Amino acid sequence: MAKLNVNGRMRNVQAEADTPLLWVIREQVGLTGTKYGCGVAQCGACSVHINGEVRRSCSIPVGTLKASDKIVTIEGLSATSSHPVQEAWAALDVPQCGYCQSGQIMAAAALLKKNPKPTDKDIDEAMTNICRCGTYQRIRAAVHLAAGKRA
Amino acid sequence: MNRRKFILRSAAAAGGGLALGFNLPFSLSSAAAAQTAAAAGAEINAWVVVKPNDTCVIRIARSEMGQGTITGLAQLVVEELECDWKKVATEQFTAGQNLARKRVWGEMSTGGSRGIRISQDYVRRGGAAARMMLLQAAADEWNVPVGEVTVANGVITHAASQRSTTYGRVAGAAARLTPPDPKTIQLRDPKEWKIAGRPMKRLDTADKLNGAKIYSIDLKLPGMLHAAVKACPVFGGKLVSYDESKLSGRPGVHRVVKVNDSTVGVVANTWWRAKTALDALPIVWDEGAGATQSSATIAARLKEGLTASGEPLAGWQEGDALKAIEGAAKKVEAVYSTPFLAHATMEPMNATAKVTPDRVEVWVPTQNAEASLAAATEEAGLPLDRGEVYKLDLGGGFGRRGGTQDYTRQAVAIAKQFPGVPVKLIWTREEDQAHDFYRPISQCKLSAGVDESGKLVGLHIRVSGQSINAFLNPQGIKDGKDMRQLQGLSKEPGDAQFGYTVPNLLIEYAMRNTHVPVGPWRGVNTNQNGVYLECFMDEVARAAGQDPLEFRRALMANHPKHLAVLNAAADKAGWGKPLPAGVHRGIAQFMGYGSYSAAVAELSVSDKGQVRVHRMVLALNCGHAVNPDQIAAQVEGSVAYGLTATLYGECSVENGRMVESNFHDYPILRLAEMPKVETVIVPSYDFWGGVGEPTISVVAPSVMNAIYAATGKPVRSLPLKKLTLA
Repeated sequence: MAKLNVNGRMRNVQAEADTPLLWVIREQVGLTGTKYGCGVAQCGACSVHINGEVRRSCSIPVGTLKASDKIVTIEGLSATSSHPVQEAWAALDVPQCGYCQSGQIMAAAALLKKNPKPTDKDIDEAMTNICRCGTYQRIRAAVHLAAGKRA
Repeated sequence: MNRRKFILRSAAAAGGGLALGFNLPFSLSSAAAAQTAAAAGAEINAWVVVKPNDTCVIRIARSEMGQGTITGLAQLVVEELECDWKKVATEQFTAGQNLARKRVWGEMSTGGSRGIRISQDYVRRGGAAARMMLLQAAADEWNVPVGEVTVANGVITHAASQRSTTYGRVAGAAARLTPPDPKTIQLRDPKEWKIAGRPMKRLDTADKLNGAKIYSIDLKLPGMLHAAVKACPVFGGKLVSYDESKLSGRPGVHRVVKVNDSTVGVVANTWWRAKTALDALPIVWDEGAGATQSSATIAARLKEGLTASGEPLAGWQEGDALKAIEGAAKKVEAVYSTPFLAHATMEPMNATAKVTPDRVEVWVPTQNAEASLAAATEEAGLPLDRGEVYKLDLGGGFGRRGGTQDYTRQAVAIAKQFPGVPVKLIWTREEDQAHDFYRPISQCKLSAGVDESGKLVGLHIRVSGQSINAFLNPQGIKDGKDMRQLQGLSKEPGDAQFGYTVPNLLIEYAMRNTHVPVGPWRGVNTNQNGVYLECFMDEVARAAGQDPLEFRRALMANHPKHLAVLNAAADKAGWGKPLPAGVHRGIAQFMGYGSYSAAVAELSVSDKGQVRVHRMVLALNCGHAVNPDQIAAQVEGSVAYGLTATLYGECSVENGRMVESNFHDYPILRLAEMPKVETVIVPSYDFWGGVGEPTISVVAPSVMNAIYAATGKPVRSLPLKKLTLA
């Protein structure tokens, strides 16, 4: 049994301590926007925010988290899909299959929080999630667009 | 229809290149919603349902896996329907519904970049017929000739009497009318399109931004159990035994199941528990004869095929190529090779099944819902009409989730052992890498003869490699010859034609199969044949002392459409104009899926041999461009998919199994490596070509040719990560 703060709500979850946060979020908490892609922190489809930092939840054992850790998933990014990153993604029709986009959006939101006006190089370094459909060109443009909106 | 006939129909439809897909907006919730929607609206015909609030629900037969087919097909229907685009919704139906209605929606298979080009005529007719019925219903109500009523954005007007109504108001009456005589349906000239042909925003984006979209892997059903599986890592090997006692006391584990002759699974109350229990399960395999195979043994077998004689060879010829090359002033010869590749869809293989003694239901990401239905009912031992397939939009397809449906069969085989209980099967990424239907491996030997004036007088192309048809569709092989492996090198126009005129030409394919399962991989054989032909053309151009673009142009007078895209790419890229120091260009053209593609790559190669692709310009003539922005998206995606293969892609074989197991050793292109992509769409409006796949074929060769320009050394094998380019 663990206590987790997910999207501002405390949840009691029944999982072995070595269960990855990803699977606790998906199977116990029941939020499926956070995706399984590789299980080895390579692809970033499972990206969530923990205390404001983007983290790959497939490789974080739930037992290492405290009740005071603030976990935010894609479902908790904004109540109405109105985060500037979500709006920019919609404006540029970024997603193709969409499977990786929760992770991409979480990574972009974390980047912009730290760095409101990222350069292309900043984006290169921060946006390391895999997209198999190849939406990278639009992701880059959408991060810039979202940055403009923030200003 | 019996299952065999049904499978054959599905397979035959897919036989021309069962790669990409279609889309039905269908999740468990949307399935229920769809039924509600249909109940609340009037079905004017199979393609169009109109609701009282004027929402027009467009039915989509093809699978959506990111390629945008939902939006494109809806645009085509709406173009003729003339409803309000802002009030359009889409809906997917099930394979069972299609079967029950005698395939009123035609094929559901989504592959070979066929979604739009094959169905455009009948879906547009569906939209037009619905419009005619809606207008007739209004005219009947007003008692005026139908010729006097007009429609715009779903509002019907009779100008003379200043009356107007809406589609929603007359839909009930329209649905009761007799459909118009098909001969009276006139489709709009594409040059007058208002909805089709425009860069409309995708209809399926909103749920992809907030986690709301339910993929098959996300499905939750009451009482559902979870399964993980492992198949013998050596292809063709068998399951001998496992020691279930080692799992005793593990939380949540229900039991170990034999899935089939080569696969074992664990069923538990969560997937993570099933997966970790399976990891802990001692399993004994009989690895079989395949265990002796390796990349080296396979390469040797293919190499032998490059020069073998006395066997049936697919191909065609003009003149006497061997003689012409023999007598030529200058000879060029090279051997190329390309590896096995995995699809690596972001959403791993998965399926949920529920089996009772008289019914099987499956929820799957599938490019071919009808193949899923055939597979599920066969595995369950039930007739076709006792099955149902709920298709969910795919987290990538790329040809992996077409006719084979191995994961659907596995899910049914497991669920059969838990009657009445839904079981969701998810593969690990490792299982996904280990048990794909890989892009087949091949090699190619090319020889050319050039005369004193630098003219190409003879060309011989011999491809040796594995046949997809031999593995999946043996009836596609005639007299031991499989023409499909020569995709893009065909004599016949229309689909994948060789774009050069060479007086003496010999093109051959020698089949060399392996124990590795193979299948269509986005772009299929055009990718490899494009590398072989287009990289060798640069080698010959150089031997002839000519610019690669000019050398090609001189051979393309009889192939104006190939030439036009080549010119379009060259013009946009500024071929021949100065480049920054250290930056080099490469060019390529190829045809596949009924469309013409060309690319120019700009890149630099560092002192250490690191390739950095800066810019890629791609030109595409797909005949008609239904949604230019989504075509651009497909081209951008094709660059990423093609560049991944060029830089990194290889599945190598050791002891009969695949070596690469996850993204750490099967790397995928990342954002920092993505070049600037410029898409030039040059539709000629006289045919319908595909979009999802054709441009991949020119990505690798244009990049390889630019490296040749940079280093002076031709690149003849992939991936680049294995080569020293400095």
